[in-house]
Amino acid sequence: MSDFDNEFWSVYVAGLTLVSILACLLLLWITARKKVAPSADNTTGHVWDEDLMEMNNPMPRWWMWLFVITIIFGLLYLVAYPGMGTYQGKLAWTSRAEHAKDVEQAARDIAPQYARFAGMNTEEVARDPQAMAIGERLFMNNCAQCHGSDARGSKGFPNLTDGDWLYGGTPEVISETIHKGRTGVMPPMAAAVGTPEDVKNVAHYVLSLSGSPHDSLRASLGKSKFGVCAACHGVGGKGNPALGAPNLSDDIWLHGWGESAIVSMINTGKTSQMPAQAGKLTEAQIQVLAAYVWSLSNRAAPARP
Amino acid sequence: MTPPRARKVIPIQPVEEASLYEAQKKIYPRAVGGLLSRWRWAMVFATQLFFYGMPWLEWGQRQAVLFDLEARRFYIFGLVLYPQDFIYLTGLLVVSALSLFLFTAVAGRLWCGFTCPQTVYTEIFLWIERKVEGERGARMKLDTHPMSLEKLVKKWFKHILWIGVGVWTGFTFVGYFSPIRDLGLAFLRTQMGSWEVFWVFFYGFATYGNAGFLREQVCKYMCPYARFQSAMFDKDTLIVSYDQARGEPRGVRARHDDARALGLGACVDCTLCVQVCPTGIDIRNGLQYECIGCGLCIDACDTMMDKMEYPRGLIRFSTQNGVQGGWSRARIWRRVWRPRVLAYTGLLLALSIALLASLVVRTPLKVDVVRDRAALARIVGGGQLENVYRLQLMNATESPQRYRISAGGLAGLTVASEPVVEVGPAQSRWVAVRLHLPYGTVPAGSHAITFEVDAGPGEAHVAEKSVFLVPR
Repeated sequence: MSDFDNEFWSVYVAGLTLVSILACLLLLWITARKKVAPSADNTTGHVWDEDLMEMNNPMPRWWMWLFVITIIFGLLYLVAYPGMGTYQGKLAWTSRAEHAKDVEQAARDIAPQYARFAGMNTEEVARDPQAMAIGERLFMNNCAQCHGSDARGSKGFPNLTDGDWLYGGTPEVISETIHKGRTGVMPPMAAAVGTPEDVKNVAHYVLSLSGSPHDSLRASLGKSKFGVCAACHGVGGKGNPALGAPNLSDDIWLHGWGESAIVSMINTGKTSQMPAQAGKLTEAQIQVLAAYVWSLSNRAAPARP
Repeated sequence: MTPPRARKVIPIQPVEEASLYEAQKKIYPRAVGGLLSRWRWAMVFATQLFFYGMPWLEWGQRQAVLFDLEARRFYIFGLVLYPQDFIYLTGLLVVSALSLFLFTAVAGRLWCGFTCPQTVYTEIFLWIERKVEGERGARMKLDTHPMSLEKLVKKWFKHILWIGVGVWTGFTFVGYFSPIRDLGLAFLRTQMGSWEVFWVFFYGFATYGNAGFLREQVCKYMCPYARFQSAMFDKDTLIVSYDQARGEPRGVRARHDDARALGLGACVDCTLCVQVCPTGIDIRNGLQYECIGCGLCIDACDTMMDKMEYPRGLIRFSTQNGVQGGWSRARIWRRVWRPRVLAYTGLLLALSIALLASLVVRTPLKVDVVRDRAALARIVGGGQLENVYRLQLMNATESPQRYRISAGGLAGLTVASEPVVEVGPAQSRWVAVRLHLPYGTVPAGSHAITFEVDAGPGEAHVAEKSVFLVPR
């Protein structure tokens, strides 16, 4: 795509480029033909600081040919590559295509590293020290930005080591999560729950589910209002992996603990996103990465080589 | 100091006009024997035995000197250097530059004349040329001959030998970066990687072109060192000097003619000094920027002086002060220890010792601490505050190491993750480390802490600073 908003500028730039190159050639041609009378002492006649003189030594002729070669190279380059305004060049080269080619090449280069794991299931890959070393590096480069270097997450970003899963922790589901990403939606529920007082009561009921400190009177009042929440979180607040609705009874608080955090969640809701990795990582990489993530909560880290 | 300008004479005939570009005049240096010539060959052997031989030395299971760019590990005998050790290369370059300053201040362009690869390869290529095409006169004659079978064979043979030396040089050069024994096998099986092929032939072509064709043109027009070295000359710098007072007026004479009676100086005007000069200058015109200080003209002149039974040294290494004042050798040498030389020597010694010492006491372990980018601090079970760090452990030994990580600087600070980490030989590894601190023991804010990484008693030990964040 061209950045020029007007065809004129393309012609202007191309013309200026061409004229500059031809001007260099002309200058070279003139200087190559010119003859000068040498001075008696081979200086330019300029004298500084009493006795500092500039010698008038000619350039070597091969140096001139380097200039000629440069000009020829420049012209050939402009024919082959995009440089003349909007002209695309004979090779139809683009930085985008070059990048795509490099990515493909890199994928081909690393493929042999992963070939060994192709026939293995997740448990076997997780037992392989080499695979886990690769998985650790993949995690550090692609996942640690949100989930933390130790995979324990932080507020809003799930801990991947605690055996608690929003969508399920089987190897297949982990792989699916990495492939497609996830979008978790908690809609604003204040209107559905009722008055601000009702919201507060529901919050205390939620706290009571995990045995956290709460006002039992408010909790019992809130229980009846929890019906609208149960649609996703289930009647006992046990969550629903099919929807990614969190279990509210396990004392794990991804988005913050306490009355105010829960009230604000009910009032404003939240949309959380885990981006899809399918286009970024190859199938083989995702297989190893899924095994690494699975291993974090299923067994101790394997021995290193 | 300018010589008195000649009186301007209005030319009667039109002056010959010159082009702005000068055609390269081919130089046919004559071979010469003598002390300095032997020194030059000694330096050719010393530098090239080192260059061609070094990649073939083995150290344990690997090449002794190998710069593995792909793995970013640089092996020099027992040393394993990381890109983080770049400071040593800087140190080496500073030491080299200071050496150049020192040698130049004392004795001019010693580097150019004796050890510069441009000089050394030109000498090797000239030797081949001489063996194939003959001495100066024969070479000059051959070039004026029309093409004949003999000329064709000689020229082809010379170029094939040159290309052979060039490709071998390129191959050796690449052998510093890619294990040379494997490279040799790959070369024989024509299975070299495309970059290896490119560099072997590129470096080979550069050697062939520079030493075979460009030669003195590199020194005259391309080399930056040649220019700034002359800025380090002074009147007490030893340079190749022609003793004008003794030599002039020059003139041809028979061996036993009385020069004094003929009104002649010691110079017999045999032009041998010009014929042997690899840059094609006449040293009798005084110091010129083309002079690389190789001293071959000294050897040539001494040979002629011996034949004439004159004392040697009409052309000699001397200083401007020495030649003009007729100083004795001892007096010239006394002036070597002038402030600039002492300063260069002092700096050079101090830096070399510092560089060597830092290499000797170097810890074969490097640690980088980076705070985790995701979480500042968390509260975890057991009333503990948790901070997460990423430690990069770089093992600069060639055996696997077990490192114990500990943290100090705050009372009650403990490592909650696995404290013992294994890192393979010459490998580097990122590990996530979790630190715990009992909640409420220190006020909110950022607190300085120290990571300690230990390879075992008496082994590598590294301490790195970081901070522990306590939320409000």
